[in-house]
Amino acid sequence: MKSARQIASDVQSGATSAESEMATSLAAIRAKNEELNVFLFVDEAGAREAARRVDERIARGEPAGALAGVPLALKDNLCQEGVPTTAGSRILKGWLAPYNATVVDRVIAAGAVVMGKTNMDEFAMGSSTETSAYGPTRNPLDPSRVPGGSSGGSAAAVAADMTSLALGSDTGGSIRQPAALCGLVGLKPTYGLVSRYGLIAFSSSLDQIGPLAKNVADAALLLEVIAGHDPLDSTSLPEPAPSLVAHLKDGVAGKRIGLVRELFEGAEDEVVASVHRAAEALRDAGATIVELAVPEFRLGLSAYYLIAPAEASSNLARYDGVRYGLRVDAQDVAAMNEATRTLGFGAEVKRRIMLGTYALSAGYYDAYYGQALKVRTQMIDAFRRAYQQVDLLVGATTPTVAFKFGAKTANPMAMYLSDVYTIPTNLAGDAAISVPFGTGECDLPIGVQLLGPGRSEAQLLAAARVLELADGRP
Amino acid sequence: MVVGLEVHTELKTTTKMFCGCANAFGAAPNTQVCPVCLGLPGSLPVLNVRAVDLAMAIGLALHSTIASSTFHRKNYFYPDMPKDYQISQYDLPINAGGYLDLPDGSRVSIERAHLEEDTGKSTHLGGSGRIHGADRSLVDYNRSGVPLVEIVSGPDIRSSAQAHLYASELRGILIATGASDGRMEEGSMRIDANVSVRRVGQPLGTRCEVKNLNSLRSLQRAIDFEAARQFELIESGGTVRQETRHWDENLGATSTMRTKEEADDYRYFREPDLVDVVPDGAWLERVRGTLGAMPAERRATLLARLTSPNAAQLDALEVVVDLGFDDYVLAAIDAKVDAPLAMARAANELAAGIENIANLSRDAFVATLTMEQSGQLSATQAKTVLFELLAHGGEPGDIAKTKGFEQLSTGALSDTVSELIAQHPNEWARYRDGDDKLAQFFIGLVMKFTNGQANGKAVIAELQARR
Repeated sequence: MKSARQIASDVQSGATSAESEMATSLAAIRAKNEELNVFLFVDEAGAREAARRVDERIARGEPAGALAGVPLALKDNLCQEGVPTTAGSRILKGWLAPYNATVVDRVIAAGAVVMGKTNMDEFAMGSSTETSAYGPTRNPLDPSRVPGGSSGGSAAAVAADMTSLALGSDTGGSIRQPAALCGLVGLKPTYGLVSRYGLIAFSSSLDQIGPLAKNVADAALLLEVIAGHDPLDSTSLPEPAPSLVAHLKDGVAGKRIGLVRELFEGAEDEVVASVHRAAEALRDAGATIVELAVPEFRLGLSAYYLIAPAEASSNLARYDGVRYGLRVDAQDVAAMNEATRTLGFGAEVKRRIMLGTYALSAGYYDAYYGQALKVRTQMIDAFRRAYQQVDLLVGATTPTVAFKFGAKTANPMAMYLSDVYTIPTNLAGDAAISVPFGTGECDLPIGVQLLGPGRSEAQLLAAARVLELADGRP
Repeated sequence: MVVGLEVHTELKTTTKMFCGCANAFGAAPNTQVCPVCLGLPGSLPVLNVRAVDLAMAIGLALHSTIASSTFHRKNYFYPDMPKDYQISQYDLPINAGGYLDLPDGSRVSIERAHLEEDTGKSTHLGGSGRIHGADRSLVDYNRSGVPLVEIVSGPDIRSSAQAHLYASELRGILIATGASDGRMEEGSMRIDANVSVRRVGQPLGTRCEVKNLNSLRSLQRAIDFEAARQFELIESGGTVRQETRHWDENLGATSTMRTKEEADDYRYFREPDLVDVVPDGAWLERVRGTLGAMPAERRATLLARLTSPNAAQLDALEVVVDLGFDDYVLAAIDAKVDAPLAMARAANELAAGIENIANLSRDAFVATLTMEQSGQLSATQAKTVLFELLAHGGEPGDIAKTKGFEQLSTGALSDTVSELIAQHPNEWARYRDGDDKLAQFFIGLVMKFTNGQANGKAVIAELQARR
């Protein structure tokens, strides 16, 4: 499939039509979805209608938007009016969202053609899509392996050329890790850069929506469309979207980039090798590489697995069978709540609700949740100190290449370790990008992660573009 | 007895606390709702600044310290709470500390007055009629997300009468600040009472929290019942258990809702979807500027204009200030209307028509009372004009004319009196010779002749002019 930039440009110029691009996307989805289980819902009618509207705008000579006619997939935790939205959970089976998430409004206004909703770990809790109530998604590069998660469906949609772009959400690495495992570019924006309105909450203080794309330029294009202040989200940054595409060629000359030991220690050898080669490539492009130790990053995982479940235990309370979604009838309201939640939630979601409820309970709050908040503050300070010395950090996105189904499901801790390099950025509210760089076992892609302070998206994309070129991609 | 009150008041904002839905009582169920106040997946709250203004106004009136504050989530499952958590304030309320002086000279300390959102409203049908044991429950989410301020007093109240006085004075303040309409019958103001008993000089006893107090009368009755219950329990050798109790208005008794052991652990934590509220000096001054005089000051102002008021007038004064009609009365007194007349019309006719008070301007009130005092309108006619003004608005003069009240004040009355004197020369002679009783005879005739539209005082004036 052509790049998003190419499609938008061709559709605007009349070289192709939105309808034709939509048909290509639909054909790919039809051909591969059964095997890969990428889409939970394919919105054929909606996509046709959206494509026709774009083509009508072109026919009238109007500009059709930065994403004119670009087929795009939505992670199933993003609300789209009239479309089934499940967040990968049985408890929301059949629920039709009655409103659009702000990002959905924005991509539609920019001319994108939304093809449907993609599979994900239930309520974004997982790193492989294996916790989805609707079965796992297969990695298009090797169907015996996971695509990563929780935005595994969105990553697979782009990797399998079903759509040109996809939106995911990243709470602890859920965009960057599947991007790494599927050979894509995935960016977790600065907290507040993209509105969360209409994103089904997992952990409100950590969640951010971001782009998944085949290349750096497409990721920049999509982020420009969805970023910028939204009055419907109180935590939305007050400024308009930053200029990103215009800075793609800025390079890294003169930049100081920290190579952080804690961001690749314990990773597979090939992954470590990729990180070192990436650092060299950045040096070759004019950056100064500074070796750094940030021991606080080792505490991230523990803090994350208290803060995220604590917020989740509250965010997921509303799925009680009273107003929408699944209801299992019982003799009274409390019994109905319990029966509904028992049947509606999967094991991983229940585990985290229990963990979070415990961490917030009277008598345990200080020892667990309170302590985790302190670690979070330490993490923010550690990043601040690091960014006094360097402009960006570089490391791995995830310790391994795409793993086989079932490899980590028996041991939750092993699965949680998939996010060990990505979690610190979420805790700090900063930005980070994963870009494919080199390959490992079975020729599977490796993702290198670039981390920056808040509002550093333009610098991160420019640095990622340097790695993309060094990795031999146009 | 020792009593502390928790008063919940709905704020009189146009829209709800975290979304743009209307904040209005009485609409059809579930018609004033949106993804935010229904807590739909993905929705997010955005704070209504007007609610913060009103909360700050309450804090200023209660002499509280107004500081930066945060929102927390109070987590518990309840079907009328769409998110199964309530956005409230916890360790950093917008208003901390303060006090309220009561008309009897006592002072009740205020611990805090914080912002929170209201829940929906459940109706339980069949069976027990309560959530446990009802056949069916219906939930109306129109109230969900309506802004509330919870005002928590210190344990300073020592009698049910003082509790009544506190609640009534607080209600006056809420109305005066514009924060609330104070309508307990519509649930805009709801009270929980923490009641305990002890021997004089002993430490505080174990308290029970009594819920569901929907009128000042219920408040007073429930406190008396609960204190007596605890007293008898202790006297008979028992001990009071800390628990939440439900007031049953019909039975006139409290009963156990839940004990302390069953109390919820609310797992409070900072609401990550909202940012802190940081009221700076300019914001505070802007709110202070909108604040008028509080009831105590207004009572004093009005009292100073009454010359040797009797008990009835003192009662009327409470009513007039409570209902916010003191500016009507003061305007009338300024226009030389007798204070007792102005007080009576405000405490009775205006109070009866409070729902439509917006139809009646101060000028129209003053004009009506001026006409009454000059004899242009009888008392009955003046009341009719006031009711007409309250119901439909308009000008008092026009209404009097339309009703046919006004013509009798002009030559018509004079002509009528002359004619009737001519028809009854014997009676007239007796009256002229000093038999005042015959005045009533002539008034009766005039009334009959004018279908009751004449003013008795005006008739006497006409008679005396001819004597």
